[in-house]
Amino acid sequence: MSTTVAARPAPALGRWWSALGPTGGALVALVVLVAANSVFTPNFASPGNFWNILLQLSVTLLVSVGMTFVIATGGVDLSVGSVMAISAAVAAVTVERGLFVALPLALAAGMAVGLLNGAFVSYFRVQAIVVTLATLLAGRGLAQVINRDGALLTIDDPGFLALGRGHLGPLPVQVLIAAVVVALAVFLLRSTPFGRYVLAAGGNPAAARLAGVPVNRTVVSVYVLSGLLAGMAGLVEASRLGASAAAKIGQGAELDAIAAVVVGGTLLSGGRATLLGTVVGALIMQVIATSFNMLLIPYSWALAFKALIILFAVYLQRPRRV
Amino acid sequence: MDHSTRTGSGPALAAPPAPAGSPAPGAGGGVAAPRAPRLAARAASMLQRQGAVVALVVVCAFGALRYPAFATPENLLNVLRQNSMLGLVALGMTMVILTGGIDLSVGSVLAVAGIVAAGLSGYGTAVAVLGGLAAGALLGALNGVLITKARIQPFIVTLAMMIAARGAALGATGENSVHVDRAAKGILWLGRGRVAGIPVPVLLAALAFAVGWVVLRYTRFGRYVYAAGDHADAARLLGLKVDRVLIATYAISGLLAACAGVVLAGRLGSGQPVAGTGWELDAIAAVVVGGTLLSGGQGGVGSTVIGVLLLGIIFNLFNLEGTITPWWQGVLRGVFLLGVVVVQSRLQRRASAHG
Repeated sequence: MSTTVAARPAPALGRWWSALGPTGGALVALVVLVAANSVFTPNFASPGNFWNILLQLSVTLLVSVGMTFVIATGGVDLSVGSVMAISAAVAAVTVERGLFVALPLALAAGMAVGLLNGAFVSYFRVQAIVVTLATLLAGRGLAQVINRDGALLTIDDPGFLALGRGHLGPLPVQVLIAAVVVALAVFLLRSTPFGRYVLAAGGNPAAARLAGVPVNRTVVSVYVLSGLLAGMAGLVEASRLGASAAAKIGQGAELDAIAAVVVGGTLLSGGRATLLGTVVGALIMQVIATSFNMLLIPYSWALAFKALIILFAVYLQRPRRV
Repeated sequence: MDHSTRTGSGPALAAPPAPAGSPAPGAGGGVAAPRAPRLAARAASMLQRQGAVVALVVVCAFGALRYPAFATPENLLNVLRQNSMLGLVALGMTMVILTGGIDLSVGSVLAVAGIVAAGLSGYGTAVAVLGGLAAGALLGALNGVLITKARIQPFIVTLAMMIAARGAALGATGENSVHVDRAAKGILWLGRGRVAGIPVPVLLAALAFAVGWVVLRYTRFGRYVYAAGDHADAARLLGLKVDRVLIATYAISGLLAACAGVVLAGRLGSGQPVAGTGWELDAIAAVVVGGTLLSGGQGGVGSTVIGVLLLGIIFNLFNLEGTITPWWQGVLRGVFLLGVVVVQSRLQRRASAHG
């Protein structure tokens, strides 16, 4: 390849590439994965499978959006899986009083855990990983307690079941919910003062404080948002199962979400966030899981491959040492 | 995360003789000027380290008074035996956390080691045990290499290892347990045997903790571990081979997790692909409750012993009470963990404010 020829289109391409920022690598990986699967995996490139992937994606995506905000502030929220279980349990025991009671209560429960997380992280200055580890442990127990001591509570309210099984026109309701949440989150992060505050609080909390950013309130809000979205994810999951299973719902969800966020290019150290990246990251994980499933490759290999993707994505984005 | 508090650590770190690479927090001790605040800081720091001990004494006294079955040798040995494997894992986690890192892969590494040991048990105990331990140490070293050479955060590397090693354990076994060969009595003995009435896992854990204590306190490597956690860049500038220290630390964590895995395989009579699920969280909880700071550089092996015992004995008391469902136990453990870390962070901030 002659350098003089190649040099001409390079700046435009370079601009395009740098505009994508850290998400570029993940996007390329996603395109390669989808292309390879379309060729090699029978029935992968079919409308049915397309919807299937989106359906399975939506729960992870809801949790991952909240996690993106939390990680952008330099924190992490390990409690999301337990919050999912709590909100599902609250909905299951209150659903007989009507959806207008059950759904707000369930979401409020998620936000309450988030509030607790945020308060301990910002006002007591305990590390996020420790606080949310404690609420992960306590929350799973609490979900079982609410769920009538670990019973499996079936839910047959048709309105509730529509959350995870219904369609609005051609669109599955849960995909719609996830899409709306992503759109609102992008708006929140890019176009509101709150979004700037989140990045400022994560980038340099001391400087942000001096500049008048309400750092503590921002951090609390971010955990409340994460709790709310995890609660939503729990409702969708319970609706899909038609039951609240406190031991199962959301188990390991925190790791899936963290993986999606970091693969997408949001820095674990905070101060930078890309929701587009998170969507791409979640898609990559789901495409791997689905295609390995379709190719009848054991689940264990999908796990190993996921791990490689996480490492590789983060390796490409690693900060240069000074 | 408040990095400025690290240097205010006080006597916890001053204990090892002349911490070569670290900024020697105790070094200013001879300066007479701020005498009184320094004393207060020392008291707070003492409390921070001894808070877990106080809690342990209180919990034990409560148990002995309320439950006649608590203070019996059989019950106490049982508590020790049940927590010995977690203790091994938590010991490795302590060293990793002292360097400012974290190891999420211990549960999966434990499972891999148990399976390797069980799979090799037909070749005799020695081969099986060495194989299991080597597998764990190798996975741990791989964590360390990726963290230092590829410069990826420990959280991510060990998260990936956690997923991948669990996948390998499930894949290699077809999601079935692998039975320990009946001829390999040595492995079964590691999990079930007793020496002079004391369960072998307890003896192993005690030995590991003793060695860990000596290594951290009296060897160059131990001081490097603290230095790497306290100020990695300063340690690097002083010529410490920080990368090598980190790789060794993660290898040791893998080795100790593997040790727990082999013992567990002996106890259960099989290596199980799902063994150790969630142990990383229990181990981190024990380390944190003991008083080792997640930011690195402060704490030690002794704290972790206390942390493991404290969580283990609380669990034991729940069982003796009998009316607390497992679900409430989960809630109470989480609340307890949160309470302890809040108290510690307050004490620590007070200590650093005066220091």
